[in-house]
Amino acid sequence: MTTRLFGEPVRRREDARLITGQGRYLDDLGGGALAAAFVRSPHAHARILDIDVSAALDVEGLVAIYTWEDLPGALAEPLPLLIPHPALTHGRTAYPLAREIVRHVGEPVVMVVARDRYLAEDACALIRVDYEILKPVVGIEEAVRGVHLVHEDVPGNIGAHLVQEVPGPGGLTAREAIDAAPHTLEFRLDVERSACTPLEGKGVYARWDADDGSLRVYSSTQTSTSVRMAIAAKLGLPLPKVEVIAPDVGGGFGVKIVHPWPEEVLVPWAARLLNREVKWTEDRREHFVSSSHERGQVQHVRAGFDDEGRVLGLEVEILHDHGAYTPYGIIVPIITSTQLLGPYKVGAYRVEFSSIYTNTVQVTPYRGAGRPQGVFCMERTMDRIAAHLGRDRTAVRAANFIQPHEFPYDQGMTFQDGRPLIYDSGDYPEALRMLKELIGWDSFPETKARAAAEGRRIGIGVGCYVEGTGVGPYEGGHVQVTSDGRVHVSTGLTSQGQGHETVFAQIAATELGVPIEKVSVVTGDTRRFGYAVGTFASRAAVMSGNAIALACRKVREKALRIAAEALEADPRDLEITDGMVHVAGVPSASIPLATVAVLSNPLRYAFDEEAKRATQFAGPASDDRPPVAEGEEPGLEGRDYYSPVRSTFAAGMHAAIVETDLDTAEIRILRYAVVHDCGKLINPMIVEGQIHGGVAQGVGGALYEKMVYDEHGQLLNASFMDFLMPYATEVPRIETAHLETPSPLNPLGIKGAGEAGVIPVSAVIASAVEDAEGITIARMPVSPSDLHHLRLER
Amino acid sequence: MNETGHHVRLTVNGVVREATVPGRRLLSDCLRHDLGLTGTHVGCEHGVCGACTVLLDGEPVRSCLTFAVTVDGHEITTVEGLARDGELSPVQRAFTECHALQCGFCTPGFLCTVTAFLRDNPAPTEEEALKAVAGNLCRCTGYQNILKAVHRAAEIQAEEDR
Repeated sequence: MTTRLFGEPVRRREDARLITGQGRYLDDLGGGALAAAFVRSPHAHARILDIDVSAALDVEGLVAIYTWEDLPGALAEPLPLLIPHPALTHGRTAYPLAREIVRHVGEPVVMVVARDRYLAEDACALIRVDYEILKPVVGIEEAVRGVHLVHEDVPGNIGAHLVQEVPGPGGLTAREAIDAAPHTLEFRLDVERSACTPLEGKGVYARWDADDGSLRVYSSTQTSTSVRMAIAAKLGLPLPKVEVIAPDVGGGFGVKIVHPWPEEVLVPWAARLLNREVKWTEDRREHFVSSSHERGQVQHVRAGFDDEGRVLGLEVEILHDHGAYTPYGIIVPIITSTQLLGPYKVGAYRVEFSSIYTNTVQVTPYRGAGRPQGVFCMERTMDRIAAHLGRDRTAVRAANFIQPHEFPYDQGMTFQDGRPLIYDSGDYPEALRMLKELIGWDSFPETKARAAAEGRRIGIGVGCYVEGTGVGPYEGGHVQVTSDGRVHVSTGLTSQGQGHETVFAQIAATELGVPIEKVSVVTGDTRRFGYAVGTFASRAAVMSGNAIALACRKVREKALRIAAEALEADPRDLEITDGMVHVAGVPSASIPLATVAVLSNPLRYAFDEEAKRATQFAGPASDDRPPVAEGEEPGLEGRDYYSPVRSTFAAGMHAAIVETDLDTAEIRILRYAVVHDCGKLINPMIVEGQIHGGVAQGVGGALYEKMVYDEHGQLLNASFMDFLMPYATEVPRIETAHLETPSPLNPLGIKGAGEAGVIPVSAVIASAVEDAEGITIARMPVSPSDLHHLRLER
Repeated sequence: MNETGHHVRLTVNGVVREATVPGRRLLSDCLRHDLGLTGTHVGCEHGVCGACTVLLDGEPVRSCLTFAVTVDGHEITTVEGLARDGELSPVQRAFTECHALQCGFCTPGFLCTVTAFLRDNPAPTEEEALKAVAGNLCRCTGYQNILKAVHRAAEIQAEEDR
């Protein structure tokens, strides 16, 4: 009777408010709040000599001006280094407001609070900061020369250096395996910088309640629980006196997992100090120069392989540009080095990275988080091996695949969560078979020849990846059935468009046997759930989905126990269907879940008809038993946590057909095919949407997006006019097929899906352009101008 | 430094609204902060992303490139005004049916743009639909479902007109 909602393309419950203008994004809140604005450094590297605010003092509506010297206690210390690592020997983080030195254009120097944003910006424009300009360090090569330093006390600009080595059969090192291999190749790859650029920038709105001594903060964040702890620590407030809420968030893609941003501690601090509501809404230019970037790497690759194209040894040296600071540690290059291996068995592997300071915006995870670079490296390697041997590119990949019977497969490395890199499940040969069929791989030579006969140049490309998803340490879920039969679900992690209100409701409705209309879901509100990690690493469905399922199972068990007593039945004979607990096969012997909720909470006071049924004098409770039995709690609710031993490993394979214009060198994607395996699908419509969006961002990274810094460290394209994100005209129709190899690691058998789409796109497009042009592609993105110059060099 | 306030009178979603704003007040800020209609979003503040698109006398405009004082006496439709008598418009229904939104931040701009487009071209070709939405940025959906929604909205509209 109850519809099984898990696995169905249930329409989103978020949409009703978002399509009618009733969403509540950060800047939609706090109508009467004061506005904050920042004076940011116009220089990439400079010493602050003097800050003169006198001209700004006459601005009407000005409330306050703050510099680093005004910051008290822990607020005056550098922001936290969130993820320390033994290899990060020289981690450095920024002060909330610059202290003495600025290290990138956009670093906040002065905070202004005024009646509205216009006036706050007026005041900012009148504040004079005198700088002594220092030599900026821009570009990876310049940085590793180490002639000029980003941080005086970081020699060679090297923040971290890490070597991971997996010996091959017989204990051969990668170098030995490569030297002994029948064929070897050596080359360099370059990947440009890009950024998340969610349509809504960051934002913070704080309300101090002086009577209560408490603070409520709204932040456009991917982790409200951690922002809360950071604010409590920085402002010296007891944790229970701080609440943080992520309202509707207009996209994140990684940048909003970093915390606390300077503004996330400064705005609450000012609100408390001024005893006024204060809000800061990031503008687009601020987002470009003061939020995070990602991707930028240089890779040196050496590969040794046999006649079949099997990789016997692989050595990769990565230079990773992490910008001016390392608040998020070295997660990105760790992911690049480990996920580079993809679906393949590599004989012996050695990867070494140096994470390097430059006077540019800091680098922290952007959707894919280091994987696009790793996959670019491995897939370019596969294509070069195929070219070297004159073999089909998919055949070389297939020769290296981990086989279905080899799971769990241990890659012998340590993953980003500090756990062993052991793949849980997958079927790579089947995924490749499906992809080849979908794109028509085997018949492409004829298609290409036909196009050539028409004077058109087309090419086909392929790319494979494995993505560690659902990383720990944990998430939790709380489920409460109230006496009106409604089911209230909450989890601590946040939402930025993934449809969590829908998929978590699907899980709860399925587990509890209630109509989905009865279920409501709250995410990212510390008032409802205080323990959480956050939404990143394609982890929300795996972590909170399973936690909510486990919490529901607790509730279900309790409901059956109470109902069994009321129905004088064995709980094992009971089912819940459409919100009714009944004896299996006997629909008449039933009791509504709402009534079970009433019975679960013995009351003294009857405040309505339902409550009357639960008062002390109404029930059949026996005299020798306490109203709430030992080990029981009042109420029909449950809380549980899901904490995995290690990550689940989703996988996918993409293929594209591109056409390159003979005259203009424009690259057009004619077809784009995706085979995707994220284990069991909770909602296929939402998973497809995630893939579409990921591929679109991947297309941006492959063909258009880069951060253009000049030698002075000025970001020349810090606007949507010049940083080219794809419009509808640039994104091809995406053809998708799903393979489902359930994860054995969690109760629901699911793996993450959020980042998948973006991961292999640069590799796929490079592969296709190379096939079309017969020119080696070694850097991304490739613009028409790049391709034109590559043609000239041929 | 004191700013001179200008009195503006707009018809927003069929209702006459008045405000006193400085000359430099953007229409987007006026709608959002003076009139409390926060459904219109600001994504770039220089007319590129299209999130702030509203209908000015029926035609789509970037409200972040428009001063409130210059539209004194005109009619504005925002996302809050697309539904009629509590019933979602065909474009709104199509967007949810086709999963044409994720975070929803850019969605009001798309909804306004597509509403005006389908009024003028109720049965668009693939190419025309693509062109119609090609001035709006979305970072979540990859546009595929947005294009699907344009055609679906045309279908719903045609069914209703029948």
